Amino acid sequence: MDKTINQKAWFLVLPVFLVVAFSAVLPLMTVVNYSMQDTFGNNQFFWNGVGWFKELLDPTTDLGGRFLASLWRNLFFSAVILAIEVPLGIVVALSMPRQGFSVAVCLVILALPLLIPWNVVGTIWQIFGRPDIGLMGYVLNSLGLNYNYVSNDLDAWATVIVMDVWHWTSLVALLCYAGLKSIPDAYYQAAQIDGASRWAVFKAIQLPKMNRVLLIAVLLRFMDSFMIYTEPFVVTGGGPGNSTTFVSIELVKIALGQFDLGKAAALSLVYNLIIIIVCWIFYTVMTNAGVQRRVVVDKKGVK
Amino acid sequence: MARIDLVDLAHSYSGNAAAPESFALKPVTMTWRQGGAYALLGPSGCGKTTLLNLISGIVTPSRGKILFDGVDITPLSTQKRNIAQVFQFPVIYDTMTVGQNLAFPLKNRGVPKGEIDARVAQIARLLDLAPDLNRKATRLTADAKQKISLGRGLVRSDVAAVLFDEPLTVIDPELKWQLRSKLKALHRDLDLTMIYVTHDQTEALTFADTVVVMHDGRVVQSGTPAELFEKPAHTFVGYFIGSPGMNIVPAQVRGREARIDGHTIALTRSYDALPPGARIEVGVRPEFVDVALPAPDLLSANIERIDDLGRIRFARVRVGDAKFSARVPPGFSVQGESAGLKFDPSHVHVYADSLLVEGAA
Repeated sequence: MDKTINQKAWFLVLPVFLVVAFSAVLPLMTVVNYSMQDTFGNNQFFWNGVGWFKELLDPTTDLGGRFLASLWRNLFFSAVILAIEVPLGIVVALSMPRQGFSVAVCLVILALPLLIPWNVVGTIWQIFGRPDIGLMGYVLNSLGLNYNYVSNDLDAWATVIVMDVWHWTSLVALLCYAGLKSIPDAYYQAAQIDGASRWAVFKAIQLPKMNRVLLIAVLLRFMDSFMIYTEPFVVTGGGPGNSTTFVSIELVKIALGQFDLGKAAALSLVYNLIIIIVCWIFYTVMTNAGVQRRVVVDKKGVK
Repeated sequence: MARIDLVDLAHSYSGNAAAPESFALKPVTMTWRQGGAYALLGPSGCGKTTLLNLISGIVTPSRGKILFDGVDITPLSTQKRNIAQVFQFPVIYDTMTVGQNLAFPLKNRGVPKGEIDARVAQIARLLDLAPDLNRKATRLTADAKQKISLGRGLVRSDVAAVLFDEPLTVIDPELKWQLRSKLKALHRDLDLTMIYVTHDQTEALTFADTVVVMHDGRVVQSGTPAELFEKPAHTFVGYFIGSPGMNIVPAQVRGREARIDGHTIALTRSYDALPPGARIEVGVRPEFVDVALPAPDLLSANIERIDDLGRIRFARVRVGDAKFSARVPPGFSVQGESAGLKFDPSHVHVYADSLLVEGAA
């Protein structure tokens, strides 16, 4: 090979390397450093090896118990909101108008919840659900329902889930709407000619054509709900008891509440790892789904 | 299978109240016989797709009726009309295999499974899709996908007509004629009424026994390819069909003579009753005008360039201000810029306001 060898090109990577080093690698290494040590304050640290990680994954210890409980809680929460938001988003997208002035109106209304900051959403629902002054809480209680998200686990969960559905279904709906809009009219006309029912059109055309955007929607909603912090923290503060304490809330409690930097660092590393793995799985699934769609040259070999 | 009658059919996308001149399809009345192969030919925006969509029921006409075998089907929905349509871009149900795609219209109509399988196998054999029945339809090439769209129409034993909306647009040129011959073969075998929309004259002329030429929302001529070539009923047909198109030049016509650019050429028929005040033009196909050496009894022209098409050469010339194309006879060598034009009188047509005038014998 007569390839010119010029290693100087590596210098061109240097700026990126420096930026990434200072913005990501060095802070992460600090966390790795903390996760291996214990402290009793006074800036005195003691080497603890992989002790925190062992404790974290052992449900019999206090740290492990709290971590795993919040992890399952969080996974359950993600599963519930995905099960509600994805079908609901599809239904909303299907019932939106295709053309005319009403499209703009619908899009603006749908986009509104997405534009509200997380802590404001939390505050809105915190007040909205209060039995004494909140519209929803007051109405539910006057209807004879004993609704109180501060004292009842189920009410707290319902409030957090309804709040998330209210906040994020729009995102799924908007993505699905974009997917639906990209289907050429000929598909609907062909289906009409083929005598397809409304359900058959949905199953044979709309759902398959939406599957790319749906994958993105599921990925985004899973990631976001798995990392949820602000909204439940503002509404329930993780309670009553620990019933709505999700992983990030637990993490903040350990890091800033108890100032257990070692435990918190170990937890955040594992948390980070879970998110990266899930991301990678989704990414692989999505790219593979793309490969299947590529047109394979017919066996005639004419191309 | 059906005879199709269009009765005073017209359509405007802005409703019946719109000005008649703005109609996408101006009133048309015609009959298409059962088993015929028809092509709707015209440039983009001439109303051919509108006409096709009216027949398939995707669009409801503003005016007029459509009859299938004498039965008025205008108010019927697309499903009930029993037509098949192949669109410009292949429409394939992505999640299904080729076989499931073909079975889809029958499944939707609740046909028993045994019957579906038999019918699908038969159609797949006809379309050479049998080896691919269990493959995912998305993995096939564009021409195979178009065959599936066609197959979905053909599986139904009750199809009245098969409509094609520029079905070869996305097909590679070398596969185009293969698919077109397949269509012709199917047409012969199945005795179906086929209606084919295209803006490509070669496709239209090779596919159809009757070509319907449309221009600006109007059917300007309907006839066999030979009729369209030899006797265009409208100047538009003259220059749209044929390559190069018909020469159309303004002229003064009196009796059996036409004067072009001060020169008189003879006509085989007599034109005494031309509508007064109309724009009179003479049309003649380049194939029927020969370039010759300049002579006093020939129309004189300036040669601009010679196009060699292989088996035939055409000279692009100028007569006064008008552009003209003429055949260069084999063995004739062009000298200089000026030439004479020799007309074949039996192929010179006279047009009044773009419409063909039939002279008296």
